Amino acid sequence: MTQKDYAEVGFKSGLEIHQQLLTEKKLFCRCPAGKYSDQYDAEILRHMRPTLSELGEYDGTALMEFKTKKNITYHIKRETVCTYEMDDTPPFLINDEALDIALGIGMLYGCNTVDELHIARKQYLDGSIPTGFQRTAIFALDGAIPYKNRMIDIVQMSIEEDSCREVSDIGHNRVYLTDRLGMPLIETVTAPQMKVPIEVAEVADICAALVRSTQWVRRGMGAAREDVNVSVEGGTRIEIKGVPKIPAIPLLTYNEAMRQWNLLRLRDELHHRGITENTFKSKVQDISKLLKNPKYTPIKDAVENNLSIKCIVLKEFKDLLHWQTQTNTYFSKEISDRVRVIACLTTLPNIIHSDSKGETLTSSEWTKIRKAVGADWYDTLVVVWGSNEDTEMAAKEIIIRAKEATVGIPSETRQAFWDGTNGFERILPGADRMYPDTDLPPKKITDEHLEKIKLKLPEKFWEREKWYKELHVPEDCIRELSISKFAKLFEKVVKEWKVNPVLASVVIIQYPKRLKKKGLPINLIDEQMLLDIFESLKDGLISKDGILTILEKAIGKGKFYPELLPKPILKDELDKVIAKAKEAVNSITLIDDDNYVQLLIGNIMDEFRIQIDGGELTELIKN
Amino acid sequence: MSDSTFKGYKGKALSVLKNFDAPVWSDVELITNNGTYKGLILPRSETADDLHIVLKMPIGYNIGIAAEKITDIKINGRKEAHYKIPEKEFPYDEGKPRVKLFGTGGTIASRLDYRTGAVIPAFSPGELYGSVPELADYCNLETEKLYGVFSENMGPEQWIGTAKAIGEEIEKGVEGIVIGHGTDVMHHTAAVLSFMIQNSPVPIVMVGSQRSSDRPSSDAALNLIHAVKTAAESDIAEVLVCMFGPTSDEYGLLHRGTRVRKMHSSYRSTFRTLGDIPIAKVDRDSISPLREDYKKRRKDNNVIINPVFEEKVCIVYYYPNMQPDIIDALVDNGYKGIVIAGTGLGHVNKPVYPALKRAQEKGVAVYMTVQTLWGYVQMYVYETGREMLQLGVVPCANMLPEVAYVKLGWALGQTNNLEKVKEIMLTPVNGEITEREPSNGYLIYQGGLPEVEEFIGKYKK
Repeated sequence: MTQKDYAEVGFKSGLEIHQQLLTEKKLFCRCPAGKYSDQYDAEILRHMRPTLSELGEYDGTALMEFKTKKNITYHIKRETVCTYEMDDTPPFLINDEALDIALGIGMLYGCNTVDELHIARKQYLDGSIPTGFQRTAIFALDGAIPYKNRMIDIVQMSIEEDSCREVSDIGHNRVYLTDRLGMPLIETVTAPQMKVPIEVAEVADICAALVRSTQWVRRGMGAAREDVNVSVEGGTRIEIKGVPKIPAIPLLTYNEAMRQWNLLRLRDELHHRGITENTFKSKVQDISKLLKNPKYTPIKDAVENNLSIKCIVLKEFKDLLHWQTQTNTYFSKEISDRVRVIACLTTLPNIIHSDSKGETLTSSEWTKIRKAVGADWYDTLVVVWGSNEDTEMAAKEIIIRAKEATVGIPSETRQAFWDGTNGFERILPGADRMYPDTDLPPKKITDEHLEKIKLKLPEKFWEREKWYKELHVPEDCIRELSISKFAKLFEKVVKEWKVNPVLASVVIIQYPKRLKKKGLPINLIDEQMLLDIFESLKDGLISKDGILTILEKAIGKGKFYPELLPKPILKDELDKVIAKAKEAVNSITLIDDDNYVQLLIGNIMDEFRIQIDGGELTELIKN
Repeated sequence: MSDSTFKGYKGKALSVLKNFDAPVWSDVELITNNGTYKGLILPRSETADDLHIVLKMPIGYNIGIAAEKITDIKINGRKEAHYKIPEKEFPYDEGKPRVKLFGTGGTIASRLDYRTGAVIPAFSPGELYGSVPELADYCNLETEKLYGVFSENMGPEQWIGTAKAIGEEIEKGVEGIVIGHGTDVMHHTAAVLSFMIQNSPVPIVMVGSQRSSDRPSSDAALNLIHAVKTAAESDIAEVLVCMFGPTSDEYGLLHRGTRVRKMHSSYRSTFRTLGDIPIAKVDRDSISPLREDYKKRRKDNNVIINPVFEEKVCIVYYYPNMQPDIIDALVDNGYKGIVIAGTGLGHVNKPVYPALKRAQEKGVAVYMTVQTLWGYVQMYVYETGREMLQLGVVPCANMLPEVAYVKLGWALGQTNNLEKVKEIMLTPVNGEITEREPSNGYLIYQGGLPEVEEFIGKYKK
């Protein structure tokens, strides 16, 4: 699809970026943050019930999740979890270290900070937080970041506690690990101003660079997680959660746009057939005793295990469950997803249907069902099996989802898959799931406090990048250097010590990578080590060609020592070396005499790389 | 405009709202030096400062804006919150027992009060059925709100009123009683009702929640289900406390009203039977007795209600270096009864003795319990104990301090004759003094020990 195509379908996308903050402790208790382990010492079991929001409404998601009736088991490890995360102790006051980081990042995004922080409870009945809600607070609003030749608006930023990691979700039992629970993170929401999929990834990259430039955020697996909102003209805002990495975004957003566009076409087809929200017809019938010896394994097992089998008739839906929505994915998947999540029928396949091209029931079996339920040839039959309770719930959900197709695209939170497609996760929650947290008082944020944080903020990385470009810093160093913890050091050595900026950027960004490849612990490189090395260069104690070797030696010792420097070579000594090298090279028969000087230099540099600059040596030999 | 127009606002914030004629629930655009904020002006908690205005943004979050930064307020409309727990008529089933739920102020289903940030209970059978429909599986429920007080505000007036109300219901033939109660002093009320209501033919079950019912993971609904099941179906005709056994949503424990105590400020499994074992376990499906020696349900309605209480009674928690003037002050202020929570087997230091002697002379009833909570008072082991006995201090065996307190108030409510008071105090009504302490009546497992960790790893906490 071209930019014009995306404009035609009215593609719009925005980001919600979750970033863990680098703090010692969690947000509302004093447990250590960032200690992960799959081991656990104890388990607790909880269930969730929806409650009224502050405005007296029940949230749709909450009701949906209550319908699922899950037993939620939490794995508890004493080192990382206290009675707060277990929801057996009220919250402690908000972690000031985390809040200050958040406020600082908010300022970098150019946001207005709120004057008083109000902690809210955002309901999550999926169990991912044992309280049934996430403590969260908006701390900044209305920022913007530069992208290409325009600005992307930052709508709002919130500080919140992280949720549990899911271990498994089978049938009515879901299991969570609690180590990540309660860690501080910020959520940054951009306006839906990205017009093609690649832009979404590029803006995500900018946001990632911005937060990393502070050095106050966590890195590594799961430390930054993007949700992507996508809509097309006439469609609905769909939130795709759990995007594994930024490069996955373009394909995901493309597929989602495609899905929405196909669902809109499906709606048109339904309307064309005269099926609207008002004329939609369906019915449910129990067919548990109908099929005697089915060969198709899932149904055979269901019959043998005396499970309930239900048939849902979707009037005049023929072939529409095989309507393509995403790559190799059909409308039937939308229905199967709902059955999986809401009716807890998690073993797949969980439905079969008469529009299917695959082998399920035999045609005579379908005919038998069709007769028994009184369906016509142009009706679609969906069959679901399981406990009586679950199949009842499933039948209801199948009808709900099929009916929604007549309206368009239901508001949903969808889950990103590795292949770039996505699946239903839950109904998109609304404002009704917000509740003020009565356990904690509002917190005042004064302008004086913000001024103090401002002093610690790095320069905006895009400003740095502009300057690097002027300095001709190599393209592959620019972004990394601009967000590096050594960006200030770079500025110092270039501005004050007049070190060549290209050299300085290569030393700071590329050398550590080379040494890492050799297996060196480059985390030992610190500001002092680099300063000492650049100072030696400035003072002429080492050559620029010697920096890599010195850096390697310094890492080996864990610190830069003056003893690592070679003794300076005297003129006599150098003459002798040149003479010796000439002797060695003269003894070789050269095919091409033009290589003579190069060979000679190589011979000398092998021994004296650290002390002598290659360029100077060439001059010396030529003279 | 009435006060509620600017609910909770005062000082600077109030004057800004008044200035722009923007009462609470106005849908507004707040224009400030920093930018414009859209949302609904919410009432403000009365304990919060007078500098900020609370705005509910369309996405549901609240933020506080400094009143002094506001340059203009544009009003676009008004949207007042109307709290309503979905109400459905509680279904009547002829085959199910009649259970009465009395409310005293605990939270079963609830909404929020902005001014205080407190949770206001919703209570009618219809509201309860709307939020905990499972209740209809067990009984035909009737409700009556006796009081709307926080747990810590329960006192003699409410105890007497509750006992009388229960007596009347039993006379009318109710088959089970549930009392919704805040948890902080639930064990005081459970003990006093055990004394004021005797020979009950039906279960009297006290219940509350450690997490308010405005939270999805609240224990309120499950506790209520357990309590209603117990009231409707169990054959235990005693005053019981029904609260979580473990912190997990697994089962509740039915504790005898005279031996139960709140043991953790916030855990769900905070209530424990001390010096004995609970009477039974209860879950959605079954009630499993842990012992047989409880009072059984009967068909008659011959209940004895004895609702009296002398308020001039207190508990003194002894500490090293306690001065005698503490006791003197109580005596001088007309206290008629003092329960001491003494150290160890029931001791206080010698300097207090003269004050105890004076109390004895003034006719004040002084009783000794132990602040160790577990174990008996035994004042013969040491010389000091014997001296105190001579000063008229009466040992209360293994009665819990709070239980001794309410019992002494109840006894002194009946008579001023100290001999009779002593007889009442030392004659157990329902397990407040037991003849023997079973070895599993004292179990506080020590975390960290390998065998304890193994146990915790095996069962849900």
